[in-house]
Amino acid sequence: MTAYILRRILYAVPILLGINILTFALFFVVNTPDDMARMHLGMKRVSPELIVSWKEERGYNKPLFYNERSVGLEQLTDTIFFQKSMRLFSGHFGRSDAGRDIGSDIKQRMWPSLAIAIPVLLVGLLVNVTFALLISFFRGTYLDLGAVILCVILMSISGLFYIMFGQFMIGKLFKLVPISGYEGGWDAMRFLVLPVIIGVVSGIGGSTRWYRTLFLEEINKDYVRTARAKGVSEIRVLFRHVLRNALIPILTGVVAVLPLLFMGSLITESFFGIPGLGSYTIDAISSQDFAIVRAMVFLGSVLYIFGLLLTDISYTIADPRIRLS
Amino acid sequence: MMITPVFLWTDILLGVLLVFLSIYVFHVWHTPPLRQRWQQILRRPIGAVSLLVLLTYLLVAVLDSMHFRTSLAAAEHSREVHYSVEVLSVLDVILTSLRNAQERTYSAPFATHAYVRETLLVAGVQQRIYPRLKYGGAHLDDPAQDRGADLKTRLGLLLVKGVVFSAAFILLLASWMSARGSNSLTGVLSMMIRGKGLYPWRSLALALLVFFMLLFMITDLSSLYHILGTDKVGQDVLYQTIKSVRTGLVIGTLTTLVMLPFAIILGAMAGYFRGWIDDLIQYLYTTLNSVPGVLLIAASVLMLQIYMDKNPEAFETMAERADMRLLFLCLILGITSWTGLCRMLRGEVLKLREMEYIQAARCFGVSHVRIILRHILPNVMHIILITVVLDFSGLVLAEAVLSYIGIGVDPTTFSWGNMINSARLEMAREPVVWWSLMAAFISMFVLVLSANLFADVVRDAFDPRTMMSGGDR
Repeated sequence: MTAYILRRILYAVPILLGINILTFALFFVVNTPDDMARMHLGMKRVSPELIVSWKEERGYNKPLFYNERSVGLEQLTDTIFFQKSMRLFSGHFGRSDAGRDIGSDIKQRMWPSLAIAIPVLLVGLLVNVTFALLISFFRGTYLDLGAVILCVILMSISGLFYIMFGQFMIGKLFKLVPISGYEGGWDAMRFLVLPVIIGVVSGIGGSTRWYRTLFLEEINKDYVRTARAKGVSEIRVLFRHVLRNALIPILTGVVAVLPLLFMGSLITESFFGIPGLGSYTIDAISSQDFAIVRAMVFLGSVLYIFGLLLTDISYTIADPRIRLS
Repeated sequence: MMITPVFLWTDILLGVLLVFLSIYVFHVWHTPPLRQRWQQILRRPIGAVSLLVLLTYLLVAVLDSMHFRTSLAAAEHSREVHYSVEVLSVLDVILTSLRNAQERTYSAPFATHAYVRETLLVAGVQQRIYPRLKYGGAHLDDPAQDRGADLKTRLGLLLVKGVVFSAAFILLLASWMSARGSNSLTGVLSMMIRGKGLYPWRSLALALLVFFMLLFMITDLSSLYHILGTDKVGQDVLYQTIKSVRTGLVIGTLTTLVMLPFAIILGAMAGYFRGWIDDLIQYLYTTLNSVPGVLLIAASVLMLQIYMDKNPEAFETMAERADMRLLFLCLILGITSWTGLCRMLRGEVLKLREMEYIQAARCFGVSHVRIILRHILPNVMHIILITVVLDFSGLVLAEAVLSYIGIGVDPTTFSWGNMINSARLEMAREPVVWWSLMAAFISMFVLVLSANLFADVVRDAFDPRTMMSGGDR
């Protein structure tokens, strides 16, 4: 097991390296730091001295890959590529273009993101599995057909509308909870109710339909028929046999997204004004703070790869037929 | 007045796509098994109706993709013709009255008065009143009294006209069918009415009725009222909604066009050749897949923005600039979305290459390229088709989210995402300005819903797994 995990981690290194080079190319090769400086300082009437000082403040004044003026190893390390891109590996996110420390910002902002993402995941899982089980119980009837059509309808509604209608109905018409904002501690609950509800509701359509497919696939298998032939009741068949086996793909799917929960949801957080990592990213995009976007791209990739690793491990735990080789 | 055609990049690519589509239709027509599958799709009410809806949207998008510029009034003594910088499309010409019906600011659907009060001079006295609209309900003498009756008669007329036209259409179809087959006209008609026969005639007739009524609503009513109201600068919301169709469709289809070559070539190569080629391609798509899609798009669009600001001279008109951004968005969406299909194709090709007929082909000395083209690709076509249809709705939805974040299409381009984005602040007004959001919501919902339903039907018809289990799912 340990050897397997170690090998998987080693396998992730070239991928992370690839991502690093990709984002570096995207941010520095297409447009030079001079262009970025001009972008930030405003296109017109910007003096060369201002650009030089802007670059110097943020460490963009070094050569891209190879520094001729340094000696020894520093020829490679004293470059933009090493300072800005490679140092991400050691968790040094550096400073944002606005001058704040990205690492501490991330540490602080990841909690509100988790406070929304975890309840949405858990409640959503419970709701969707329940619905899917109910639909599978009534499979082949008009109730089943109606539920599937309802799922497709729910799937076809853009997430933006769920948020806007939800904010409008609950927040404005009924005045039950505040529309947006955030506070620390237990007061946060009031602000989290609406985003969590909307997050769960907007996911019902797609997930329920997907889980139903998984359940029906399981229901048609031989061992279920055997159980029924023995006289096991339908409810017991569903809960003891079908649910247990269908939960394997569902739970491994959940494990894959677990690390990404840290990243938060982009639109939910920015709509509700929650200071999580999702709105952090959005703010960075709209204020064109490349340092933050770069850091978030890297963080997201690391978490995604970590999720893949967790999925593989959880498969072996959930399904003993799979051998790690 | 002279015109000069303008070929935007997305226009050309959309044309290429239409050519591919026609080739596919031709191919299906001459391949009995494929034809049978598609007939199976069209025989289901959901399949037939959703295809009709999709084709309607496509027609609007195609009309909106034929661009041109009109000449300006030439100065005396000069033979040189100058063209206006405004790029128009055929759809703009059709909707000229809508395009020009510019009010001052917000007005509700079917309203005759503006949404906000203004201080006006009425009979020599300054009063704060809701002013009459310039175009909406301008034909009425006394809006407060006449509007209801006027609307009722006009809507009734619409219904009659819609029924007449759809009945005429169905009658034409029936007479064509009876002329082709041996059945009499009354025989064909009674078969249609009883809902017998191969195709879902009753559902189609109903869909046609709705289609014609909407069409006449736009042609007849929209010049008298603002059916969906007007926005902040007084532009007709219906016009914006119709113009947005093209953006949504371009993103949904061109992205696929970009992604397919990557996915098919790399997927087939990885599965067929295995070894280091497989490793390399797997590494490539795992790496790309690991970067969060939205962030990759954000980074790319930010870079494009800087590039565009740096080289303003590369674009002759605003439309070209906006079009470049739209194309770039399709490109980058395509690059982030080919990985899923590629992985699926690789898996399938890995299985196929061990089949006897491929082994036999290899023994006969058939070249690799030929094996892939003639023996492998036709057998993975169903996967490609299903993926393309399934991805479409997701891409349309993605456009709205990306435009909301500010990394989508150009702010000057009409799109549902931009409409939603501007509607966000309107929801906070008192009374609420709901029509922009509602218009974007409904037009997008209809497109995405029919795409989703169509995708389901296509999958049922083409996926061997569901075919075997007899459509249990």
